[in-house]
Amino acid sequence: MRPTKLIDEIQFQLIIDRLAHELIENHRDFSNSVILGLQPRGIYLAHRIEAKLKEIAPKTDIRCGDLDVTFFRDDFRRREKPLNPNATKIDFIIEDQRIILVDDVLYTGRTIRSGLDAMLSYGRPRSVELLVMIDRRFSRELPIEPKYVGRAVDSIEGQRVNVQWKEVTGKDLVELHTTL
Amino acid sequence: MNEQLSVEHLIGIKGLTKSDIELIFRTADEFKEVINRPIKKVPSLRDITVANLFFENSTRTRLSFELAEKRLSADVVNFSASSSSVKKGETLIDTVNNILAMKVDMVVMRHPDPGAALFLSKQVNTRIVNAGDGTHEHPTQALLDAYSMRERLGPNFKGRKVAIVGDITHSRVALSNIYCLKTLGAEVMVCGPSTLIPKHIEALGVKVSNNLDEALNWCDVANMLRIQLERQGGDDDVAFFPSIREYSAQYGLTLEKLKSLEKEIVVMHPGPINRGVEITSEVADSDQAIILDQVENGVAVRMAVLYLLASQIERN
Repeated sequence: MRPTKLIDEIQFQLIIDRLAHELIENHRDFSNSVILGLQPRGIYLAHRIEAKLKEIAPKTDIRCGDLDVTFFRDDFRRREKPLNPNATKIDFIIEDQRIILVDDVLYTGRTIRSGLDAMLSYGRPRSVELLVMIDRRFSRELPIEPKYVGRAVDSIEGQRVNVQWKEVTGKDLVELHTTL
Repeated sequence: MNEQLSVEHLIGIKGLTKSDIELIFRTADEFKEVINRPIKKVPSLRDITVANLFFENSTRTRLSFELAEKRLSADVVNFSASSSSVKKGETLIDTVNNILAMKVDMVVMRHPDPGAALFLSKQVNTRIVNAGDGTHEHPTQALLDAYSMRERLGPNFKGRKVAIVGDITHSRVALSNIYCLKTLGAEVMVCGPSTLIPKHIEALGVKVSNNLDEALNWCDVANMLRIQLERQGGDDDVAFFPSIREYSAQYGLTLEKLKSLEKEIVVMHPGPINRGVEITSEVADSDQAIILDQVENGVAVRMAVLYLLASQIERN
């Protein structure tokens, strides 16, 4: 079955712009706020938002890091494929900071749970907010909900949301694949 | 690019492919980042029990493995032959079977006999990591040595020249290093008195020299090995060369020799150092020596090995 296009390139950019503006509204000058993108694909959204924030408020010092959660996942030795880690790049202190945790798709909530654990290895933040491009509502296995959402998608089992990033595939696109 | 090791046990470097070694290095990169975090622990191995079986004395290797296991959240049991029923005549298989009956998932073993780890891997249904078997192999040491070189000199080993200097005959580090460096594409020279260099070692594709100056002028990295007096026939027996003093004069690396070279080479030592014998204190403490980096990298590399082997263990 052909995939259904959920978000095209223009909407994609509009969503990133809106998310950046929502963050500015809540975090103002970002002096006590940091963005953490979750590896592997949350980092693209995090860095796009970072770039947009710098465009909107050029004098603001935006701190953005990449967080890998591989070693904190709860499905080690439960998957067919081995879990190979990605790079973590956090060159700032998160102690007492307001963290904006960023991922491309929120599905079961387990990756975010791992992200919260991984993040605590760097210190105790003042608060944590979750920002996602796609919120697959009704699929949650853990009580985790986002504060900032690009688009909510109601999908059923057997469907897969595929977010494509210019950095990887050369185009910005969100598609819904149905395998049933 | 490999996602999984091609082996079930780490018995030696000889069984590893270049992709295996590169996978271990990539994984170790991330563990190195973990052990430099404020909280240096991850929960990956929290349902795994590891037994450290040391049938031969060791301080740094045992500590390094234990730290690696604990930083991965594994449960750890330690055994040392000097304080065990081995003294009462128990066999290796009996000792290990007793430990495995306690539901151990992985075994890290050091043993004085070459082949002990391979033998064990064929007898028991658990993952084995060889932490040194006699004069045969010490794979994790070779991996951490190569990882430390990669960190200092870059990821491309092709054309890199490494001199391994000292007691090659009695060294398991030398053999594992040769396998590892040759697999990665480096050139290797062994250097030492002819009595401490095994016959036909050229068959492994290495150069041989009995002249330290020649080796130093040739190499980018000098890996200075310890003289293993305990393997030369008895405590403090000097059986393979006239005297420690003469060995030191001919094969000891001094700051003067290091500075007289036209290039800056990297100095390594697997420890423990006999200061003033293989290298002087000035050399050991110089900027060119990466001995403490080797120790730090040892934990990250061992975490990577344990993590990758554990990922293959099926959950009950």
